Amino acid sequence: MFTIVSKKNIAPQEFDIWVEAPRIAKHTKAGQFVVIRIDECGERIPLTIADNDEKKGLIRLIFQVIGNTTAKMSTLEVGDSILDISGPLGTPSEIKNYGTVLMVGGGVGIAALYPIIKALKLAGNKVITILGGRTSDLVIMKEDCAEYSDELIITTDDGSEGMKGVVTGAMEMVVEKGEEIDHCWCIGPSIMMKYGAITAKKLNLPIFVSLNSLMIDGTGMCGCCRVTVDNKIRFACVDGPEFDGLKVDWDEFMSRLTQYKKEEKASMKKYETEVGEQPWH
Amino acid sequence: MALDFSKEKTPIKEQEPKVRSKNFEEVCLGYTVEEGILEAGRCIDCKTKPCVAGCPVAIDIPGFIKCIKNNDMPGAAAILDEYTNLPAVCGRVCPQETQCEELCTVGKIKGFEPVAIGKLERLVADWKYANTKKEVAKKSKKSDVKMGKVAVIGSGPAGLTVAGDLAKLGYEVKIYEALHAAGGVLTYGIPEFRLPMKIVEMEIGAMKDLGIDIECNVVVGKTITMQEIMQEFDACFIAVGAGTPLFQGITGTNLNGVYSASEYLTRINLMHGYKFPEYDTPVIKSKNVVVIGGGNVAMDAARCAKRLGAKNVTIVYRRTLKELPARIEEYHHAVEEDINFNWLTNPIEYVNDGKGQLCAVKCIKMELGEPDDSGRRRPVPIEGSEFTFDADCAIEAIGQASNKILLDTFPELKLNKWGNIEADPETGETSVPGIFAGGDIVTGAATVILAMGAGKGAAVAIDSYIKNRYKPK
Ligand SMILES: Cc1cc2nc3c(=O)[nH]c(=O)nc-3n(C[C@H](O)[C@H](O)[C@H](O)COP(=O)(O)OP(=O)(O)OC[C@H]3O[C@@H](n4cnc5c(N)ncnc54)[C@H](O)[C@@H]3O)c2cc1C
Ligand SMILES: Cc1cc2nc3c(=O)[nH]c(=O)nc-3n(C[C@H](O)[C@H](O)[C@H](O)COP(=O)(O)OP(=O)(O)OC[C@H]3O[C@@H](n4cnc5c(N)ncnc54)[C@H](O)[C@@H]3O)c2cc1C
Ligand code: SF4
Ligand code: FES
Repeated sequence: MFTIVSKKNIAPQEFDIWVEAPRIAKHTKAGQFVVIRIDECGERIPLTIADNDEKKGLIRLIFQVIGNTTAKMSTLEVGDSILDISGPLGTPSEIKNYGTVLMVGGGVGIAALYPIIKALKLAGNKVITILGGRTSDLVIMKEDCAEYSDELIITTDDGSEGMKGVVTGAMEMVVEKGEEIDHCWCIGPSIMMKYGAITAKKLNLPIFVSLNSLMIDGTGMCGCCRVTVDNKIRFACVDGPEFDGLKVDWDEFMSRLTQYKKEEKASMKKYETEVGEQPWH
Repeated sequence: MALDFSKEKTPIKEQEPKVRSKNFEEVCLGYTVEEGILEAGRCIDCKTKPCVAGCPVAIDIPGFIKCIKNNDMPGAAAILDEYTNLPAVCGRVCPQETQCEELCTVGKIKGFEPVAIGKLERLVADWKYANTKKEVAKKSKKSDVKMGKVAVIGSGPAGLTVAGDLAKLGYEVKIYEALHAAGGVLTYGIPEFRLPMKIVEMEIGAMKDLGIDIECNVVVGKTITMQEIMQEFDACFIAVGAGTPLFQGITGTNLNGVYSASEYLTRINLMHGYKFPEYDTPVIKSKNVVVIGGGNVAMDAARCAKRLGAKNVTIVYRRTLKELPARIEEYHHAVEEDINFNWLTNPIEYVNDGKGQLCAVKCIKMELGEPDDSGRRRPVPIEGSEFTFDADCAIEAIGQASNKILLDTFPELKLNKWGNIEADPETGETSVPGIFAGGDIVTGAATVILAMGAGKGAAVAIDSYIKNRYKPK
């Protein structure tokens, strides 16, 4: 049983939980994820392992309520458990001492970026982190990231905190300031990753992105998660989720994410009729 | 010899095609005991018993059939139990027409059909589950002293068989399964209307009654390592199946509306997508579906599409009916359900509607040329014969390769040129002592019964391996 041992509401409709999963906690490396299923009728959805505590046998998951499964998940409390968790899945991030790394995160993607920031810092890198969001409240995990960053830059669309603007502006600013960047990571909404990659190309920086494609098994068995990278079909769950951002076919990737829009809406609607008006409105 | 029985197999009840093509309930309704006795009467108990040789696990076929004839169902069940842990599954999905029934003496008589061995096997298994469930459970209470500990990776037919046989021999057996449910392809691949989930659950339940522990959500190589397994267990059997779908890789493969059969069937079977939104996992309901391939997987995908309400479902296969690898029974069922077949046809492009969604499949006509390595005539495209199908869904069922998720973390294990594990076909021994393997991960995608056969051989070999290891020197 995968019991929830703590739960925090860290932003509007974003939750931070620690769950008992000793074997996963023991084997997790930065960049990996789990696939979870909440109940017998549930869908299997992927979530990044945002942190792990091997001694206590815990993993940390941070999720945003975006549809049926995440909405249901937000109603689970400490002491409740998640029916199925399998992992750690995916190829871990390439952690080594690059020199200076530029880490760019947005939205709930920050949860996926954080363990990589931590591992890169512990590997001896100089870490410069840029976190962005629409407004200050939505920029999560600032303290967590600050702990392992040499420099932390916040950007908000509305200027409520840090630089006003988007993360790509901050990327350019860092380079203009004369920082020699050896590698970048950019993880966030697909549109942000796409423009992050375009900016990296302009600045002549190598960049990894983490592709949050639709998944079922997460073990390479179904091909639902396939993406085109460097003109080849790759499975995000086993070959990724991290890929060279300059080689991803972004338009195809974003189009594939919308495959089940109609069904996802129906599913959410059904759930809402069952439970009534909920805070995510 | 007076042949005082019907030339044809005793007819079996099936759901009407018009009705069943709209539901996911089982197509074949099975024999009643009376019908079974009648059919068992068609076995002449011939001396040579060629059927037994045709069965990959050499079930005593005339033996159990004789019991049926004598209305001794418990006796028939006991015989099956000696040879197979999954009779209800085998009776439903084995290709009997190319195994036991192909060789049956009665079938060799001009104008006669062979004995319906598969349907009789199914009858006995179903009878057993309906009548003796609790007794069976009580009889096989686990003994406390264990002969040794064996890990089995993968809970498909190969893994279940090894586990069942070793548990019966007194071993402590633990099965690790990556998915949230046990059964392998039986659970995630083969649809409900051919193999109901409750049948698989019953067979697995019977194995659990033997004391086998099945732990789901464990991806070996990720959740635990092979090194950890080798430390904790005396031996290990790898039965991870041929789990990675292949794609032709033609233009448009990643368009919305293009699936691997593995994804399509997983959504429907493992995730119960056909009951969306009661179950949360959706599966797209399409109007015009093109399925590529000619195996059981293609038939299953096509028949699922029909059941989800598709108007037109077309299977395109690059060879002809004669070379079709699917079971002939499933082909007939598909035809009855209004599935169209386009022989000697191969897709060359998935056409984009301009918004990332499939709108048509462009195909080319083929002709059969010289025989290839497999001995079958190689299909070659006919230039200038391109044509298109309107399609909002295309499903590729062109085969599966070995899943690398475990293999990549265990480089000590020798693989063959197809990327499958190199293992002795009789014993399952691999290049690493104490590690055995069998099923699709060794042979490439094959059949349930061959996977079970591999499991049986390996159980014997593992037993003697462990005994030798602990023999006082
Ligand atoms: C490797 C990986 C790691 C991930 N890590 C996290 C994480 O740490 N925290 C987190 O909140 N989310 C993460 N995601 C995304 C998460 O899986 C989806 O938000 C979730 O599946 C939505 O399920 P739902 O039923 O609540 O919503 P649905 O109703 O299924 O979907 C609602 C909306 O979300 C979009 N969506 C659906 N699935 C995904 C998906 N896999 N990725 C992105 N958008 C999706 C749909 O297009 C739709 O617009 C990750 C995805 C991947 C592939
Ligand atoms: C749609 C379809 C229809 C078919 N129809 C028929 C038919 O009618 N008749 C017939 O005889 N055969 C049929 N087959 C073929 C038959 O199902 C297979 O040959 C058989 O299931 C192989 O058994 P297996 O035990 O080797 O592997 P599988 O059944 O593939 O089981 C392997 C299991 O191992 C698990 N696994 C993989 N990696 C790991 C890991 N690292 N850790 C833990 N677990 C892991 C998988 O999740 C899976 O559950 C069909 C196949 C398909 C796909
Ligand atoms: S070959 Fe046919 S007739 Fe002979 S024993 Fe087997 S089932 Fe009976
Ligand atoms: S999620 Fe099934 S193959 Fe990647």
